Amino acid sequence: MTELPIFTQLSYLAAAALFVLSLKWLSAPTTARRGVAAGEIGMALAIAGTLLLPDIVSYRWIIVTLLVGTAIGIPLAYLMPMTHVPQRTALSHSFGGLAVGLVGTAKYYLWAAADPARLTHFTIGVICFEVLLGFLTFTGSLMAFGKLQELLPTRPIVYRGQNVVNLSLFALALIIAVYLTIYPLTSSLFPALIALALAFGVLLILPIGGADMPTVIALLNSYAGLSASAMGFVLENKLLIIAGALDGSSGFILSIIMCRAMNRSFTNVLFGAFGQAAATQTGSEERPIRSASPEEAADILLSAARVAIIPGYGMAVAQAQHKVRELFDQLTRRGVEVKFGIHPVAGRMPGHMNVLLAEADIPYDRLLEMEEINAELSHTDVALIIGANDVVNPAAKNDHASPIYGMPIIEADKARTVMVIKRSMNPGFAGIENPLYYMDKTLMLFGDAKSFIGEIVKAIAAQKS
Amino acid sequence: MDWLMSNLYVFVLATFLGFEVIRRVSPLLHTPLMSLTNAISAISLVGSLVILGEQRSALSTALGAIAVTASTINVVSGFLITDRMLKMFKKRNPKE
Repeated sequence: MTELPIFTQLSYLAAAALFVLSLKWLSAPTTARRGVAAGEIGMALAIAGTLLLPDIVSYRWIIVTLLVGTAIGIPLAYLMPMTHVPQRTALSHSFGGLAVGLVGTAKYYLWAAADPARLTHFTIGVICFEVLLGFLTFTGSLMAFGKLQELLPTRPIVYRGQNVVNLSLFALALIIAVYLTIYPLTSSLFPALIALALAFGVLLILPIGGADMPTVIALLNSYAGLSASAMGFVLENKLLIIAGALDGSSGFILSIIMCRAMNRSFTNVLFGAFGQAAATQTGSEERPIRSASPEEAADILLSAARVAIIPGYGMAVAQAQHKVRELFDQLTRRGVEVKFGIHPVAGRMPGHMNVLLAEADIPYDRLLEMEEINAELSHTDVALIIGANDVVNPAAKNDHASPIYGMPIIEADKARTVMVIKRSMNPGFAGIENPLYYMDKTLMLFGDAKSFIGEIVKAIAAQKS
Repeated sequence: MDWLMSNLYVFVLATFLGFEVIRRVSPLLHTPLMSLTNAISAISLVGSLVILGEQRSALSTALGAIAVTASTINVVSGFLITDRMLKMFKKRNPKE
């Protein structure tokens, strides 16, 4: 590798330090925005240091592509509604994977043509790893985007022998990678490696259902980071190695947290095709349920001293977060203590519910994690569940036969009264019966979350305090 | 072999550092965390810029152009949307 000029080296060093600080400051809401600023400065320094490199002979296309990227990036950040953040995240993982895969490809062909001595066994091995991971992240994330945007069916797509097909495809890709590592100049095999990586990304995400998206997005996040790190090994650039490793470990931690919150393993998420097997067991005998009108719900809420609201993906789908905020304001004004219980896998990506509620201006000290809210639920008067299902299903605690047995839940059934806003009695995404709905203390509030909460708010406002 | 070993050291240490720093991030901020790390790992822009700027072959320049565009989108939208999200996280209004 040609020696980098000293100012470029220093800018990279400063950028690496700023990236670490950036993530450190992100740990608490009070310092988090400073973290973003640190990251931005780091990035600007690294770009400036790179643009000054003597290797760069022409700036024309650099300026054009930087402008095009900025022109697309700004609206993507500002026009995207907060409910679509999971989609945007999936899309940016795919862009990240694409960039890494393309750079690896370009480097391989450049060196194969002009400088074969550079293609040592190690270098080509890392290039293969980079290209494989980059391109599979690209198509895998595009698939995740399609499912989240509902361009593709959100249910798992499964067929017989799926795991065998996937594993043999991956094995074939590995064999090609190993062959290329031993014989670096068999460049006719390189397109095959790319094609297999692209196909594997698609096939890997096909059987993933909507409820597993938080884990899968976190895993793809980790892949995107690791592939950037691999690119750092190819280009012998420590800044890339560090930034990629930070991203890789972040995605890895998040996917572990998501897996734990569902009591499942990585292999089970990726190869288990959840929700398909469970759908058969709904031997739906008619059991009595109690339902209530918005006015009755308003009366119950007003006579409560403590209310816990438990939101799920349904709240995001109904865009109900702003109505929830109105309800929160009305109740708080009348002396009712309102808290929110957030399950780690509620929504379609880690932290999804928190962002939506923060967007609706609900103060973040009211948003409690699962363990915190569970400690309070036994002396809570009303648990109001909005568009959540499996994360409050008591079968996870006491029904050994349930497919979600063992998953930690928000124990809404401990509250004195439970109210569930739900469109109908159809079982949720995973097709698992929820005994919570049939308990004596449970009231079902049937309707669209947004309009139902709107009516509760109206009913509360109509009452003189 | 020296550079390889030193790069491996860097990778391993950065991974452990990442684990320690990110473990402390509150679950409240997991979505902004993901968009921020996304923007940071778009540092692959640095590598793409060199490929595009050195103009060694038509193929590498074309691939570099796509790579620079894709990573620039991630850098710009990643930092901006993270900040947009973080601005929304407020403590209780002072008037209450």
